[in-house]
Amino acid sequence: MATEAHGEEGGLVFHPMDQFIIKPLFGDGPVGLFTITNATLWMALTVLAVMALMVLGTSKRTTIPGRMQSVGELAYGFIYKMVEDVAGKDAVGFFPYIMTLFMFIVFANFLGLLPMSFTTTSHFAVTVLLALMVFFTVTIVGFVKNGSAFLGLFWVKSAPLALRPILAVIEIISYFVRPVSHSIRLAGNLMAGHAVIKVFAGFAAIAAVSPISVVAITAMYGLEVLVAFIQAYVFTILTCVYLKDALHPSH
Amino acid sequence: MATETLGETTSTCVVDGSAVGMPQLCFDWWPNQIFWLLVTLAVIFFFLSRVALPRIASVLAERQGSITNDLAAAEDLKARALEAEEAYNKALAEARIEAQKIIAEAKAEIQADLDAATAKADAEIAAKLAESEKKIAETRAGAMESVQGVAKDTAAELVAAMGTKADARTITAAVNARMKG
Repeated sequence: MATEAHGEEGGLVFHPMDQFIIKPLFGDGPVGLFTITNATLWMALTVLAVMALMVLGTSKRTTIPGRMQSVGELAYGFIYKMVEDVAGKDAVGFFPYIMTLFMFIVFANFLGLLPMSFTTTSHFAVTVLLALMVFFTVTIVGFVKNGSAFLGLFWVKSAPLALRPILAVIEIISYFVRPVSHSIRLAGNLMAGHAVIKVFAGFAAIAAVSPISVVAITAMYGLEVLVAFIQAYVFTILTCVYLKDALHPSH
Repeated sequence: MATETLGETTSTCVVDGSAVGMPQLCFDWWPNQIFWLLVTLAVIFFFLSRVALPRIASVLAERQGSITNDLAAAEDLKARALEAEEAYNKALAEARIEAQKIIAEAKAEIQADLDAATAKADAEIAAKLAESEKKIAETRAGAMESVQGVAKDTAAELVAAMGTKADARTITAAVNARMKG
C-alpha cells in the first residue's frame, strides 16, 4: 500500500488496481496452474498464521490458558456457538469446515492489511470458489438429508396458494443468486477498501494535500480493520444460515 | 485503458506494469489462484480437524470437568461446614442446659444450707428468747413478792406508828386488795 510512483511526467497518476495484479514470485514467466505467485505466498502465510494460532498456540494444552491459547479458544467458541445457534445442533458435524472457512478468510483479510501485502480474498477467483463450495455443499447436503423434501424450501406453505408459484420463482432465483452475492460481498468490500486507500495514497504526491491524505488513509485503515473482521463474520454466518436451510428446509 | 498488447509479463491483463481493468476479472489468473486456494484450504482443514479442534475441544472439556469437580468439592465442603456448625450449635445448647442444671443444683444446695442455717439460728434465737422470758418472769415474780412484802411491812409500820395494832391477816388482805386495784 505504498504510494505509487508511476508516471514519469510528475502528474497525478493513479493505479489503484495494480496491487491486485498476480505475478510470479520467481522470474517473469506466464502465470500457469502451478506457478508460485504472490497469491501463493500470501495464502501460505495465511496457513502459517492459522497454524501459529490454532496449532502452536494451543500446544501447551493448559487448563488455565495462556494468551495465544485463549485467543484460539475464543475463535473456537465463537464459531462453534455460531454453528450451533444458527444452523442447529445437528450441524456441528460441519464445524471443522466452517471453522476452516472463517480462519482462512479472517487471516487473509488481516494479512492483506499489512503494508505492501497482497490480499488473497480481494480476488473473485478465491471468493467465488469459497462461495461455490458452500453452495454445492448446502445443495448436496439438502438433497441427501431431505430428498425431494428439500424442494419444499421453494414452496412457501405459509403463503396463499395463488401466490406460491410466484414465490417459488423468486425463491429459486434468490437461491441461485446466493453464491454470487456471497462471493462478491467479500471480494468487493476488500477490493474497494484497498483501492480507496491507494487513491488517497496517490493524492499524497501533492504536498498541500498530503496531510489530509494521511489522515484519510488512517481513517480508511481503521474502517478496513473493521471490514476485515465483519466480512469474515458475515461470510461465515451466511454459510451457517444456508446450512440451516439445507438441514431444516421447512420455513 | 491501454491497448491490449502483450507486455513483458506475457498476460493480456497487464500492460506496461499496470493493470488493465480489474485484475479480479483476468481469467488468465484464475486457475492458479483456485489451485493454490484448494491447497491452502485442504492444509488448513487437515490441521484444524486433525489437530487443533480436537485439542481445543479436549482442553475445554477438561476445564469444564475440573470446574464441575471443583464446584462439587466446594458443595461438599459447604455441607461439611454446615454440619460442623450444626454440631457446634448442638454442643453449645447442651452445654447451656448442663450449665443451667449445675446452676440449679448449686442454688438448691445453697438454699438447703441456708434453710438449715436459718432453722438453727431460729431455734437458737427461740431458745434464748424463752430463757430470757423465763428470767424476766422470775425477776418480775421476785419483784412482785418483794413489793408485796415491802407494802405489808410499810403498812404494818404505818399502822403501828398511828398507835393502833393491826393483825397481820387484815394488813395482808388490805394490801392484796390495793394491789389488785
